[in-house]
Amino acid sequence: MSELNLAKAAEFAIDYAKKKGIDQSEVSLHLGTGISIAARQQELETVEKHNDAQFVISLYKDHKTGSASSADMSEQGIRNTVDAAISIATYTGADPCFGLADADRMATQKKDLELYHAWNADEAEMLGIAMRCEQAALESSDLITNSEGASVNSYSGSDVYANSHGFLSQSRASQHSISCSVIGSNGDGMQRDYWYHSSRNAATLDSPEEIGLVAAKRTVARLGSRQIPSCQATVMYDSATAKSLISHLIGAIKGGAIYKKASFMLDKVGQEVVPGFMTIAENPHKLGGFNSAWHDGEGVVTPDYRAIVDGGRLQSYILGSYTARKLGLESTANAGGVRNLSVSNTGQTTEQLLSDMGTGLLVTELIGSGINMVTGDYSRGAAGFWVENGEIQYPVEEITVAGNLIDMYRNIVAIGDDYDNRSSTECGSIVIENMTIAGS
Amino acid sequence: MNQQHLTIAQATLLEPTGLSAEHLNQLMQKLTNVNGSDFADLYFQYSKNESWSLDEGQVKTGSFNIDQGVGLRSIVGEKTAFAYSEDLNLSAILTAADVVSAIGRQGQDVQAKNIWRPQGIKPLYSELDPIASLDDASKVAILEQADRAARDSDPRVKEVMASLSGVYEVVLIVTSDGRQVPDVRPLVRLSVSVIVEQNGKRERGSSGGGGRFGFDYFDSSMIEHYSNEAVRQALVNLEAVDSPAGTMEVVLGNGWPGILLHEAVGHGLEGDFNRKGTSAFSGRIGEKVASELCTIVDDGTIADRRGSLSVDDEGNQTQNTVLIEKGILKGYMQDEHNARLMGMNVTGNGRRESFAHLPMPRMTNTYMHAGEHDPEEIIKSVKKGLYAVNFGGGQVDITSGKFVFSSSEAYLIEDGKITAPVKGATLIGNGPEAMQTISMVGNDMSLDPGVGVCGKDGQSVPVGVGQPTLKMDALTVGGVQL
Repeated sequence: MSELNLAKAAEFAIDYAKKKGIDQSEVSLHLGTGISIAARQQELETVEKHNDAQFVISLYKDHKTGSASSADMSEQGIRNTVDAAISIATYTGADPCFGLADADRMATQKKDLELYHAWNADEAEMLGIAMRCEQAALESSDLITNSEGASVNSYSGSDVYANSHGFLSQSRASQHSISCSVIGSNGDGMQRDYWYHSSRNAATLDSPEEIGLVAAKRTVARLGSRQIPSCQATVMYDSATAKSLISHLIGAIKGGAIYKKASFMLDKVGQEVVPGFMTIAENPHKLGGFNSAWHDGEGVVTPDYRAIVDGGRLQSYILGSYTARKLGLESTANAGGVRNLSVSNTGQTTEQLLSDMGTGLLVTELIGSGINMVTGDYSRGAAGFWVENGEIQYPVEEITVAGNLIDMYRNIVAIGDDYDNRSSTECGSIVIENMTIAGS
Repeated sequence: MNQQHLTIAQATLLEPTGLSAEHLNQLMQKLTNVNGSDFADLYFQYSKNESWSLDEGQVKTGSFNIDQGVGLRSIVGEKTAFAYSEDLNLSAILTAADVVSAIGRQGQDVQAKNIWRPQGIKPLYSELDPIASLDDASKVAILEQADRAARDSDPRVKEVMASLSGVYEVVLIVTSDGRQVPDVRPLVRLSVSVIVEQNGKRERGSSGGGGRFGFDYFDSSMIEHYSNEAVRQALVNLEAVDSPAGTMEVVLGNGWPGILLHEAVGHGLEGDFNRKGTSAFSGRIGEKVASELCTIVDDGTIADRRGSLSVDDEGNQTQNTVLIEKGILKGYMQDEHNARLMGMNVTGNGRRESFAHLPMPRMTNTYMHAGEHDPEEIIKSVKKGLYAVNFGGGQVDITSGKFVFSSSEAYLIEDGKITAPVKGATLIGNGPEAMQTISMVGNDMSLDPGVGVCGKDGQSVPVGVGQPTLKMDALTVGGVQL
């Protein structure tokens, strides 16, 4: 199947469903190819070629829904998949909220968001990049004693979304990345850490040497980690870990969690959920963004900018058409999730935040998933550094940081300008007062 | 191997596109026609997946997926080349084979080997297609019954979310050492979670189970059991007080809390990490890495279990592998690649998420053998500590050995008695150190109900865990109450 034919396959599927008496249907089709090259100890380790195809249909009949998917995009394959979805919709229950997004909300203005940038490197070049990346890490310190290797990944795909309102969009996107993970040891134990960079455009990737050096530096900094006594303290999440706090907040205001009352953020629209200096916005049309799109997963036009939290106050939930109807609200064009979040900051650099904090814990890694989304209770494994007088004293491990997210969000005292640009959430380091650290 | 499985695999994977034994030979020639080729395989897979989910008292959504394809792999020394094709026509597979064989310089023709089919591997589960084994109306009825049972059990139940899924998978593994091994794998799972509310306070609870059999496993009493269990847990949590923070004595219940072993020990004993020397357990075979009360195995051979496989994804029969015996590290879990490089035997732990993923050493059912103590005796021995009986997920840093797992139902132990329920908290420790602090092991070994999923390098596979009630003298509990 070629890209040109993706749109035809989409139309064929919708037509076929119509012939079968289906009122409304929507389809997503994806074709993608990619390559992953990994080097370890300065030798090629793996070459993986990816070649993916996926066809998904969701359909609605008498307010009942069914969906089915397959890699088979032949006409017969599509017919079989549509038939399977129809069969499912025979047995599911009716809910008047089911259906396509409203026709008058469909996006009409296609936008080129610069999501596709071909990378013409061949395997040998990519291997060379992986080896340079790992070499920089291995040679940076005698304390780096082993390696999990470095890898270079490149993936490009074409996507079509179409629905029976007559909406059809076709787009291409690429994503390229370099990553490195190395092991250090100093006699009393080993530590591992990693670093990566990722971009739609390979030309804007950090240099492989820089990525390798950061991975090595992070690993060496962790050597000699120790447990600290349990205490109440201020915790600073570095920019790589701070994003997780934003993602828990977004998870709690998604329509699905709200209508099922499975969230600690019920009935909070209009209220202050974070300090007044905080704004959390989505930027769906950001050029080259990891999550950019001119329409959402149902064809609804996305805004250029939308504040989800403004001046600390929650503006609205995160809604697609189904959850919006369940709650008697309008879709916020978030079928498929939020698109490129940006979190405002309070102006400090990393160093200033540490200095302002004085004494506390700098968290650089979180493990485990001890979060209760119904109550907001939060308890996660952490590693990082103990800070006194605004200076890093020593690395810390085998501890947990705990609190309740409702309180934690209120207790945010500062957000750095040290954005991490490697993901769809742009957020600096976040400092939270009064958390419980469990240790020795 | 079961002749019936081979017939099913050939009919499902080869015959529709007319792939013959000769074609397979031709493909294998391409994969092994590389200087120094050590091993190559073709992994043909057909998988069918159906799931249904319920909330607000009705089954609202259902989805159905069919995937098929073949993964092609060639290994030269430490190097691996891999490609896959979703198209099972010969020309498409040959194209993928060309990509793979480009890994090394062309070598001499490898002699075609006789195809042999391992005999005497007894299937551990039936070859039925669970999705076809029950009509859709009855599947919907299972979820509706789960909903009713939960709501009927207590008026504080405000919402019930339940899902039912079935997988039917047919694989055929063709290896360069001449094996052709089929397997037919059913897998079902039912999950129930509830939200309860009392005086404006809400909590959740969840339960479920499954294994490698048909949906008939979920009879009325089983469905009610899951629903009641989810409600019971949620109601316990409504009363929960803040969890303590700090290092203390911890008693873990039997069954699912065996996730401890999966995280603290299991991952660190997978062959790949140990070959590379990146695990906290690397190079420590023969050393004492746990208290002498601990005998821990990875056993893929238990009939009908979620984590079991008759053969692994490299066509090797699964085993009951002793990892730790009376505290002494005995062995690792191996796949073909890592076993060869380490000069060890394969243990039937080569697993992959699908044909589109490379196999690697993975766990099956990981559990600890029973000890001698009465569980009540274990609780009685604790002056002040935590008793944790249900858990959510866990994670481990295999290099530093730090592991976490998060409790979803736990209680304080005060003066040898179980007292107040406490809110969920993450427990954290260092694998090789924490296992040394196990001071009592119960006589109540049990396996989990069959819902485990393990993630590694972005690949998910179904697994099982189990253990008897056990006591750790010192583990850090991540609560908020100092």
